[in-house]
Amino acid sequence: MFSYAMKRILIGLMTVYAIATITFFAMHAVPGDPLMRAKVVNEVVRQNLETKYGLNQPLFVQYVTFLTNMLKGDFGISFTQQNRSVNDIIREHFPVSALLGLVAIITAALGGIVGGAVAAIRRNQWPDRTIMSLVILFVSVPSFVFAAFAQVGLAEIKKKFGVEILPVAGWGTLAHLILPGLILGLGTMAFLARLMRSSMLEVVHQDYIRTAKAKGVAPIKIFIRHQLRNAVLPVITFLGPAVAAITTGGFVAEIVFAIPGLGRYFVQAVQQLDYTVIMGLTVFYGTYLVIVVIIVDIIYGFIDPRIRIAGA
Amino acid sequence: MSNEQTFSVQEITKLDFELFRPAIKEDSKLSIVRPSLSYWQDAFRRFVANKQSLFAFTLAHVLILFSFVGPFFWTIDPTYQDNTSPSTPPTLGRKAVIVGDAPTFEPKLAKLVETVPANSHTLISSVSNLRVISTPTTQRVLLEWDPNGVGGGYTVYRDEVEPLGDRWGVPVGDIATPQQFNFEDIQTLEDRLYYYTIVTKDFNGEETDKALTIPVQVLNAIDLESARTFVADAKLGAVIDLPAAPLGTDSLGRDILARLMSGGRVSLFIGVFASVLSVIFGIALGGVAGFFGGSIDTVLMRLTDLITGLPFLLFMILLKVVLNVGPGESGITALLISLVVLSWTGTARLVRGQILQLRNSEFVQAARMMGASSGYLIARHMLPNLIGVILVTLTFQIPSAIFTEAFLSFIGLGIAAPATSWGAMCNDAIQSLLTRPYEFFAPAIVISLTVLSFNLLGDGLRDALDPKLRSNE
Repeated sequence: MFSYAMKRILIGLMTVYAIATITFFAMHAVPGDPLMRAKVVNEVVRQNLETKYGLNQPLFVQYVTFLTNMLKGDFGISFTQQNRSVNDIIREHFPVSALLGLVAIITAALGGIVGGAVAAIRRNQWPDRTIMSLVILFVSVPSFVFAAFAQVGLAEIKKKFGVEILPVAGWGTLAHLILPGLILGLGTMAFLARLMRSSMLEVVHQDYIRTAKAKGVAPIKIFIRHQLRNAVLPVITFLGPAVAAITTGGFVAEIVFAIPGLGRYFVQAVQQLDYTVIMGLTVFYGTYLVIVVIIVDIIYGFIDPRIRIAGA
Repeated sequence: MSNEQTFSVQEITKLDFELFRPAIKEDSKLSIVRPSLSYWQDAFRRFVANKQSLFAFTLAHVLILFSFVGPFFWTIDPTYQDNTSPSTPPTLGRKAVIVGDAPTFEPKLAKLVETVPANSHTLISSVSNLRVISTPTTQRVLLEWDPNGVGGGYTVYRDEVEPLGDRWGVPVGDIATPQQFNFEDIQTLEDRLYYYTIVTKDFNGEETDKALTIPVQVLNAIDLESARTFVADAKLGAVIDLPAAPLGTDSLGRDILARLMSGGRVSLFIGVFASVLSVIFGIALGGVAGFFGGSIDTVLMRLTDLITGLPFLLFMILLKVVLNVGPGESGITALLISLVVLSWTGTARLVRGQILQLRNSEFVQAARMMGASSGYLIARHMLPNLIGVILVTLTFQIPSAIFTEAFLSFIGLGIAAPATSWGAMCNDAIQSLLTRPYEFFAPAIVISLTVLSFNLLGDGLRDALDPKLRSNE
């Protein structure tokens, strides 16, 4: 188990290093320089700025500086927002995105697991048909379309009946969290439901289920103890990538619902070519996602006895 | 044995050979043999038997035809900005009246004939002879009336239904003096029937029940220059047919149906072309890795691991920024390259796995033993066995590429103007979602239908081509 975890962490570290390196060289391959857009009045100012940001150094020196700063957890200062460090931006806005992502992943995991399990045990009956149709719908319709539909629906209800079920947009209260979280989770929920269903169908035909039945174990107990527990294992491995999908998918939710999350800042930085913010946020997001995937993998190792024993 | 008859030779020769006839040769009437079907015939049979995939197949073709053949029938230029009709709701066949520049509105005041006692409430009456001056258009409605000259002025109301009792709709103007006898409504209207009501106010400025209502048929307006683009010999005041906008126009007055077609071409082109390229790329690299093995395999597979480990959308955005810097670029090429670079790994892994399996299978071993060359093995044994898997991967790659393009364009990092795509159209329309939802839902629905049809098509193809791949359904 320990060596399994170490191996995963090592691969994770290498991925983070690769992400940082690719990001650095990719951003430096962009023609022009970060000061191109800034209103630099004269040559002296430009030179001063270049010295300040280290832009007049050789590329390799800049690369080493970049890596050491990253190691120290210092992502630099934004080029377009004066006096605002990338760390500040992350500290202020990442909790918002993380909270939204948490709501989304919980909805997605619960909905997906329950939906998939119900579809599998009621195979080819109406619950299965309904759930699988919903799955196809949620996989095929982009989340911004659902978001827009929900907003128009809420606004219409408010106009017709004068009641506000949920706020249409904004941030601050618990009610603001529900709709974006749910909609952000839909696609992943559908994906997990599909996975859960096929994994459940596989489990249903296993010998141990038959044995349990033969021994007279109550169906509900078979369902929870034997079927659900075993079928949920492959689903858990996909929670890591699911977090990645939800985190990047959050960009859309943050824009549509006017949520002050990190994703909006990332998109804005890309539009304004704010180099340090782009680099910093890419590395930050990348590291965050790699860590999540590793944690999920290690938890999976703990849960699945096959890996626990094989790894020991 | 005991009752076995014995015949002597003589007895046999005595047999009447006339009794014997050659049997009539006939084809067997009953045979329990399936017609022999080739792999593709079998796959086709399974595909056609699946209603869902046939539906998806048809839908995908309808959408492709809509985008690529549609423009031959719907010839409006998707980039043409009609300033006179921004954000019009869906209409079939609108008429518009050609108007010149409207003169600046000035309130006209009637001269008082006689002085009225300040508190002569009984003299307050409704205005008379309410009329419309010049052609009422969606941009400008000019009213005039004969004033009564008494009271505290008027309030002008506009309603979409005929006013009943004392409800006159929305107040659009407040006139402080009873001498004024004209009013201009410059709010943007729809081309329909409106009811304007002039309510007289008393000396305290309170509205009285003295009111006069007039129905006004409002027409679309178009300036002479724009009109000439549709009708060559257009004259001021003439009513011409505007091109229909079955899905309305966007905020810049561009026809949404035409944009839907042109955006569809971009979305589908990126979806299909990026998928085909990435699958070809994946086949080549996965095939090389699987076929040759060894260090090439190790290097290529580490590369795939690396790319798979990168957060996909994040690096899509990053790559797009790197490839697409100059202003005025549509972003199609940048998007295409980014998609290919980041999405070939799935196919490569799949193909490598299949090739490894095939390489050790008996028929390949046998062929190799009989001296078949690598090229022959690949062409004759590997590819035919892979084609089903590849086709299925390709079909699933298309909706995901379309999805990615829509996502990026929607957050404003995809296709840039003047080119458009369905995702970019959604992005354009999201600002006015609550006031003009049809602008958003037209592209949103076609994206959803496209992705849906390709997903269903992929499911159907997978079931038809490789029943082994079916996930317990």
